[in-house]
Amino acid sequence: MTATMTDTPPPAAPKAAGAPQRTGRSLVQILMLVAGALLLLAAVRVITGSQDLDSAGQVSAALGLAVPIGLAGLAGLWSERAGVVNIGLEGMMILGTFGAGWIGWQTSPWLGLLMGIGFGVIGGLVHAVATVTFGVDHIVSGVAINLLALGATQYLAKLFFAGGAAANAGGNPKQSPPVASLPDVTVPGLSDGLHSIESHHWFLISDLAGILGGLVTHLSVVTVLAALLFAGSWWLLWRTPFGLRLRSCGENPTAAESLGVNVYSYKYAAVAVSGGLAGLGGAFLALVTSHTYLEGQTGGRGYIGLAAMIFGNWRPGGLAMGAGLFGYSDALQLRNGGTTVHALLLLLVVLLVALAGWKLYRKAMLQGVISLVMAAVILVWYLLTDTVPSDFVGATPYVVTLLVLSLSAQRLRMPKADGMRYRKGQGK
Amino acid sequence: MNKLTSRIDKERLFLGLAAPVLAVVAALVVTALVILATGKNPGPAFNDMLTYGFASDSQVYILNKATTYYLAGVSVAIGFRMNLFNIGVDGQYRLAAFFAAVLGGALTVPGWLAIPLILICAMATGAVWAAIAGILKVTRGVSEVISTIMLNSIATAVIAYLLQPGKLAQLQQGGTVVATKPLPSGSHFFSINTGPAGDLWGFIFIAVAVGIAYWFVLGRTRFGYDLRTVGQSESAAAASGVSVKKMIATSMIISGAVAGLIGMPTLLNDSYQFSSDFPTGIGFTGIAIALLGRNNPIGIALGALLWGFLERTTNHLEFQGYDKEILGVIQGVIVLCVVIAYEVVRRYGLKRQQQKVGAELAAQAAAQSKKQEVA
Repeated sequence: MTATMTDTPPPAAPKAAGAPQRTGRSLVQILMLVAGALLLLAAVRVITGSQDLDSAGQVSAALGLAVPIGLAGLAGLWSERAGVVNIGLEGMMILGTFGAGWIGWQTSPWLGLLMGIGFGVIGGLVHAVATVTFGVDHIVSGVAINLLALGATQYLAKLFFAGGAAANAGGNPKQSPPVASLPDVTVPGLSDGLHSIESHHWFLISDLAGILGGLVTHLSVVTVLAALLFAGSWWLLWRTPFGLRLRSCGENPTAAESLGVNVYSYKYAAVAVSGGLAGLGGAFLALVTSHTYLEGQTGGRGYIGLAAMIFGNWRPGGLAMGAGLFGYSDALQLRNGGTTVHALLLLLVVLLVALAGWKLYRKAMLQGVISLVMAAVILVWYLLTDTVPSDFVGATPYVVTLLVLSLSAQRLRMPKADGMRYRKGQGK
Repeated sequence: MNKLTSRIDKERLFLGLAAPVLAVVAALVVTALVILATGKNPGPAFNDMLTYGFASDSQVYILNKATTYYLAGVSVAIGFRMNLFNIGVDGQYRLAAFFAAVLGGALTVPGWLAIPLILICAMATGAVWAAIAGILKVTRGVSEVISTIMLNSIATAVIAYLLQPGKLAQLQQGGTVVATKPLPSGSHFFSINTGPAGDLWGFIFIAVAVGIAYWFVLGRTRFGYDLRTVGQSESAAAASGVSVKKMIATSMIISGAVAGLIGMPTLLNDSYQFSSDFPTGIGFTGIAIALLGRNNPIGIALGALLWGFLERTTNHLEFQGYDKEILGVIQGVIVLCVVIAYEVVRRYGLKRQQQKVGAELAAQAAAQSKKQEVA
């Protein structure tokens, strides 16, 4: 190995001279960004008259749809921070939906929730055995787990739900009998007050009330749990020695091993936790979203969670934003959001123009001009139509993700040893 | 003749065969255990699968299915050889089949002209859709895994939007199915009548040709060599003057073009139109089959046949009192066993090689010291 042959690719874009090292934004910056976004949103709502842009119903629906995606993404985060790519999230979520439905209808939804997590952990352990112990390619193992989970749950669902007591209670080969509800939380007083403020449609104040109202009304306990898990994961992975060791397995396992970290057990733990979180995401779908296990219920949310994680640059905060984005656009689709997405086009125009201005200011001519042209095209589209066809509303999150990834890709950095095979004693 | 057999390394051949055999045996054992766990006897089930699978009508069915799966496997394998993970085969072939069906329904030219046009349209559509991911990867560094997942969903939305009466589709006579305009009978691909066993789709010859082209281009041309080099080591390829970015984009596009063909056996030999019940998810099947076949043209064919066999025979299990849903379990177990078996066998082979080389070196050293003693 000569010095000129290095394994790290050159950075995709040279760092702008004098640019400060990006070590995360300060609280003030984040607050200012949020305030700016709110102002923009409020302005677009008033200009377009599309009240559903940030109504409590919309926000609440978005939150409910974001939770399973966020949990899947968090699952991916745990696993990839320890250096194991987990494309089997979809399969682990499927296992979670099945476990939750199977135990949930027979006993209590709480036990169902636990069973969903447990089934996810089993999926995670299978992935860990294949990738960590046997050193199988991570993506290949993940695809196998997706196939296996789908097959196993279809087979078991027919055995468990199609006959006997389950069939009498309303089960069939593709569906479990209904499960009792988990409790939900509404902050008393606050919710009503916010609702009345929202219905005045005041600039900015009603927007704030709508968003807050959506966040405090009919909140499922699992949503609260998910929020706690997000905060807890951040604290555990970035603020404790355990997290440091776990992340070191994803960055440089050889170095970690030389410092006495048992890389295998950390990877096993991370992938098992990952499976449990994905299983919880599945359980949310089965217990909160629909009150029953349904075949095909996950609908690719495992993959979307993975995308949200990459979108969020392998960080919990960014990941939560990504999941929120997906949840928001999913909610638009469900709430017949053709006109709302149409209003969002205007928001996109504003953002693109701002981006173009920034790029031109930084002398990135090509990118600036492309952004401007795109803004013009979308503006024309906005002015010539009244609504966006509902089929395309569903595609909004995917298009947005592709756009964001292609505009920001070189800023993203995944853990250095992510997806690589690692054998014990490799560094000796 | 002697020369030919001496070129075959017996140990390598044994190791090469050991992995798939090990995997299929392991899958059989797991499947048997699953059936046993449900209180049934696996013996008659396997027996029934074998006898039913080798009936002549089943064989035609399996070959027809395998034609589609083979194309999917090759399409995925092209990416695999470059360490590219083209999950987007699914969206690529669906979009390609849709536009090809629209074109085929609109064409009024004779079949010898229409069929090539349909095929070109399908390949071009697949290539363009894959090119988006390829270009995003080389210019912006977007992981092809994520972009192709997004593109799959966007393809679904595009098809859902265009497959509506008044756009590019129409309501069929029954009034329940929305489909593209059917292909005129002149544009149907030929098929071989095998009597009571049914029709063997002529597209199988195209699939074989694709397989030969895949073998030839990858194994016997400069381009294929460069492609494999990039797949093995990007830095080594760049050092020897191969443009890595160009290779990534090109192989993604070729993979997409082959993906465009996946829907063609169904379209040109069976359904003759694209409706909402056009088969989906074959891209993911292709991933499993490419893994099973180790990216080898013959291996992929065996994988495709195995998949067709499993699908045909597990459907029949219902009549024997078993659950046909066991199919998914068998498929998943096979893929997992295959990847683990390959890894185990590879390690075993490496160990053997090390031992052999070590023994040879020791023998050499011994011989040398003997010589010195004589001298």
